[in-house]
Amino acid sequence: MTRRLAWGFLALLMGLALAADWIGGGSYAQQFRDFPGAAMCRRFPLGTDALGRDRLVRLLVATRISLLLAPAAALVATVMAAAIGGIAGYCGGMLDRVTRRAIDLMLSLPWIFLLIAARALLPLNVPPAASVAITFALLAALGWAAPARVIRAGVRDLRDSDFLLQARACGCRGFRLLWRQVAPNLKPVLAAQFLTSVPLFILSEANLGLLGLGVADPLPSWGNLLHELETDLSFNPGVIACLGLMLAVLVCFRLLLNQPQTPNC
Amino acid sequence: MGRLKRGSRQLARLIVSLAVTVIVGGILTGALVRLSPGFGVDEHALDPERDAAALRAREAALPERGNILIYCARHTAGMLRGDLGMSRNWNRPVSGLLAERWPVTAQLMAVGMAGGWALALAFALPGLIWPARIWKTMAGVCSGTLLCVPSAALALLIFVYAGPVRAVMALAVFPRVYEYLENVLTQAAGQPHVMAARARGIAPGRILLWHVMPVAAPQMLALAGVSVSMAFGAAVAVEVICDFPGIGQLAWKAALARDLPLLVTLTMLVTLGTQVANSVGDLWTPQRSEAPA
Repeated sequence: MTRRLAWGFLALLMGLALAADWIGGGSYAQQFRDFPGAAMCRRFPLGTDALGRDRLVRLLVATRISLLLAPAAALVATVMAAAIGGIAGYCGGMLDRVTRRAIDLMLSLPWIFLLIAARALLPLNVPPAASVAITFALLAALGWAAPARVIRAGVRDLRDSDFLLQARACGCRGFRLLWRQVAPNLKPVLAAQFLTSVPLFILSEANLGLLGLGVADPLPSWGNLLHELETDLSFNPGVIACLGLMLAVLVCFRLLLNQPQTPNC
Repeated sequence: MGRLKRGSRQLARLIVSLAVTVIVGGILTGALVRLSPGFGVDEHALDPERDAAALRAREAALPERGNILIYCARHTAGMLRGDLGMSRNWNRPVSGLLAERWPVTAQLMAVGMAGGWALALAFALPGLIWPARIWKTMAGVCSGTLLCVPSAALALLIFVYAGPVRAVMALAVFPRVYEYLENVLTQAAGQPHVMAARARGIAPGRILLWHVMPVAAPQMLALAGVSVSMAFGAAVAVEVICDFPGIGQLAWKAALARDLPLLVTLTMLVTLGTQVANSVGDLWTPQRSEAPA
């Protein structure tokens, strides 16, 4: 039931986010020059920012970006982790040892530090759309290590199982064995790693945005909406709504993760 | 004797692993700096007011643009000698910048780790002594909520409301430590010898101190090593938002100024530091787990 509620809430939010332009009656970058810094009113339910942009539309567009791109990045990271961890765990030996060391090395670095360092290697002065792509591509490229460790352990457990022995005895080998026998049995692990990565990426984007290294203005993201706190010290409704929404979304992902998986009988 | 042998073997493995990190890290960081856009280009060359002699002098001071392998080898050899290179943005040796800033970060991390662990223990231990559901739920809600707020936003909120900004460190470390700690302690408390002690009517505090903690200690120590990395991650956000002149802020400024020599050196040093911290826990683990119950 909790799981369904969480899925329902996320679907509703996604629906609202996709209809952002229709709900707000304008674009996220549109400036209402007669209403800069407007308080909450019927026309602007969350008010406007210092440039007169509708906070509600910006919040919904930011939600759309996070809810679309964080799962996409998590999917890429999980696929990378499955490939790296799966092959290392299945092959064992030197390859496994080297992969394990590489994973340990990646995990020993503080995540935010790694992101800052990697972000600085890429151009900082880029168009907003490119900054979104760079931010989430970076998260996907660097977020494989923790899932890879779990997947590697899962594959190592499966490697010596009876059904794999039987499959090998029947002549199933190499990639086919991995794809047809190992991968389907790793589905719950992969799903859990995917669901763990999504909130992590949402939080990381928010942290990067707050530090000025995330999505570039005028494109809104939860990070750069929270960044408003730095210039506007009063608690505006846009920031409260952004924090509340982020909290609700992350709690939903935690609920999805905490629920026990139904066994496939 | 066997334990000593195993311990020395692990120590040797740690030293080899750190040496490999320095050498591989040196080569990689050297390659990154050498391949970065704008390497060996002096922006003063674009200044029409500079005379030719001054520009030639500056060009002579710039790193050579020769073979990348030679550059990486020199870079690594320099690192092994303790020469961490020059910061482009500050125009100062990296080692000097680090010497100035590490005490600030160390202090913040110490506060974060001490506070985070104190909070995590304060929430986890009572739940073991008096296993009431309400307590676990409350602790779960607190840690879950804090886990869902970006540490930079937390720092900004406390900064805006003129709260104790160092407390952010503890609040950022606490939920991450609590989740693991609670699992480790619950597992240790479910051991048969602990149940037997409970059945014999031994006081809960005594069970915790003499039966649960010794079993959980090696994992807790390993967790302490990992929490160094967590504390450093939180320190970056806190230093940037609250303007603490520490290593995190230095890395952030280096990122904004694209000061790659500084940034890649910092990254490598942070990796080494966290590797040492993690390995200390690993070194301790087998020796403790072999100790008689």
